[in-house]
Amino acid sequence: MSEAVQPLLEVQNLSKHFGAVRALSDFSMQIRPGEVVALAGDNGAGKTTLIKAISGVYKPTAGEIRLKGEPVSFSTPQEARDKGIETIYQDLALADNLTIGGNIFLGREPMRRILGVLPVLDRPKMAQAARETMALLDFHVSRMEAPVSNFSGGQRQAVAIGRAVYWNAQILIMDEPTAALGVPEQRKVISLIHQLKAQGRGVIFISHNLQDIFAVSDRIVVLRRGVTAGERKISETTHDEVVKLMVGG
Amino acid sequence: MSVSSPPTVADAPTPHVKPQADHSDTAKTVVQRIADLRAWLFLLALILGFEIWARTAFSGTFILNPFNLQSIAIFAVAPLLLAIGQTYVIISGGIDLSMGFIMGLAAVVAAHVINGLTPGIGMPAAVMAGFVAAVLVASVPGIINGLLVSRLRVPPFIGTLGMFGVARGVAFLLAGGTTVPISNSFFAYLGNGRFLNVPIIVWITAAFVLIMHYVLSQTRFGQHNYAIGANVQAARRAGIDIKRHLLRLYILSACCAGLAGVLYSARFNAGAAQAGEPLLLDCVAAVVIGGASLFGGSGTILGTVAGAFVIAVIQYGLVFVNVEPFWQFISVGVVIIISVLIDQAQRRFSGGRVDE
Ligand SMILES: Nc1ncnc2c1ncn2[C@@H]1O[C@H](COP(=O)(O)OP(=O)(O)O)[C@@H](O)[C@H]1O
Ligand SMILES: [Mg+2]
Repeated sequence: MSEAVQPLLEVQNLSKHFGAVRALSDFSMQIRPGEVVALAGDNGAGKTTLIKAISGVYKPTAGEIRLKGEPVSFSTPQEARDKGIETIYQDLALADNLTIGGNIFLGREPMRRILGVLPVLDRPKMAQAARETMALLDFHVSRMEAPVSNFSGGQRQAVAIGRAVYWNAQILIMDEPTAALGVPEQRKVISLIHQLKAQGRGVIFISHNLQDIFAVSDRIVVLRRGVTAGERKISETTHDEVVKLMVGG
Repeated sequence: MSVSSPPTVADAPTPHVKPQADHSDTAKTVVQRIADLRAWLFLLALILGFEIWARTAFSGTFILNPFNLQSIAIFAVAPLLLAIGQTYVIISGGIDLSMGFIMGLAAVVAAHVINGLTPGIGMPAAVMAGFVAAVLVASVPGIINGLLVSRLRVPPFIGTLGMFGVARGVAFLLAGGTTVPISNSFFAYLGNGRFLNVPIIVWITAAFVLIMHYVLSQTRFGQHNYAIGANVQAARRAGIDIKRHLLRLYILSACCAGLAGVLYSARFNAGAAQAGEPLLLDCVAAVVIGGASLFGGSGTILGTVAGAFVIAVIQYGLVFVNVEPFWQFISVGVVIIISVLIDQAQRRFSGGRVDE
């Protein structure tokens, strides 16, 4: 990957303080198209605070966020989403009783007209888009009319990611995407991240699982008590070094 | 310059995820389908039961008798109209306890307005005015319910319980403590006349049910209602305006009660504050028997129609076979409990995800 490619996202000297608590101080990072960056760090290190500041949930206390070179400032997560920054939440993401298509299009459902007059939800279009999107993620689910509660945790994670992909998210942020999953399901999510990378999107993901991090990331940023403890290329570091950075050894 | 050698897509660990859950998917959906149809199966079983009873006990017929059919349909009108609105509310995860007295309020308002205007503007116009006035007045407690639930975050159970009392009091005050007789023969005709041998109020109800089925199953409003009931956070994150939706929702349920009140006063030629009093529990029961979950997120209009008819058939059928009327309560109660047990079983069955 060439350093000359313009970064999708640049975070510069970002700080977020809650009163006296310096949850994040003077943090900087970049992410390029097709790059996967892992965020690691002990509990309370500031990982969640960082992604919330990027995705418009928190207003940063100081610092700058640039999207493809343009300075941006989001006051709501919706604004960040409109600009192509999508956060994948584990439990909050899906309406279990709706189909994959229903979830992808939730809040922006396409309509068609029966006999040219009566407007109805365009379910065929939703199912078609769902099928194509899931295929793009190399996820082949046969039952497009089933509610997503019928699917496994990994498949549901894929649906949440599929929604972001369908709406053309350029940067996907995932907070512990594999934490609640069994081992085979974790592998599926890792392969999903590979797909996103191959499509030239940027992925930021938080994980405690070094195995996952080394399987999929290009770089790792380790946070400790709100500051960067170190940043490494995955090809140039080891589990040991990362653990040392995390605990401050 | 290439600085790292990230794992390429080719190295990705077996991205081909076969739909391994396919078999259990099918099994689940079969159970779900049966559970979805349970109200219609109940209804069928009930009708068969009463038919056998009628044939063996007094060699008559229960269901092939058009008079019985019409009576059951008329019987079902008011509880069904309430249950339609209640279905929407329960799917969203709420409940509307005020519907019964909003219905009474609407009946009294319709009576007063029709009586007051008939001499001045004639019978049909007075009926139209009474209809509009009743639904408009009914929407006021709906608006208040909606604001309480959406803006002030009052739990629906409490907010609508308060409105239950308010609507009840206002309805009795407006009615002067008694029923208000209506003198308008056009209205009486609407309430008791027939078209193609089917009562007019049944036609009106059927048309309304179709519209409400369409809205719930085919529009964004309906889709959002399901999403809110399943996961309000997800709905909010998807950009759905939850407050606006809830406000509309409680106005909708109040208007259903308003329509029920108008049809009631047409049928009995009188407005009565207590018109809907016994119907609140019936309408919730119809929704639950119809397959909706009180936890929100599931339910259909067609299920509720079956649920309302289950109750109507039990109530009318027991009278028909000459059983003490108190058995009604017991039978409806038993059916409700069985319905909830089926819902729980289905929930356990479809909730068993691979990773949880
Ligand atoms: N909303 C908040 N108000 C006050 N303090 C907070 C808030 N969110 C996080 N913090 C504090 O900021 C620090 C970083 O938290 P967090 O970003 O959640 O860490 P991580 O996700 O790495 O475990 C912690 O000390 C935490 O207590
Ligand atoms: Mg965290």
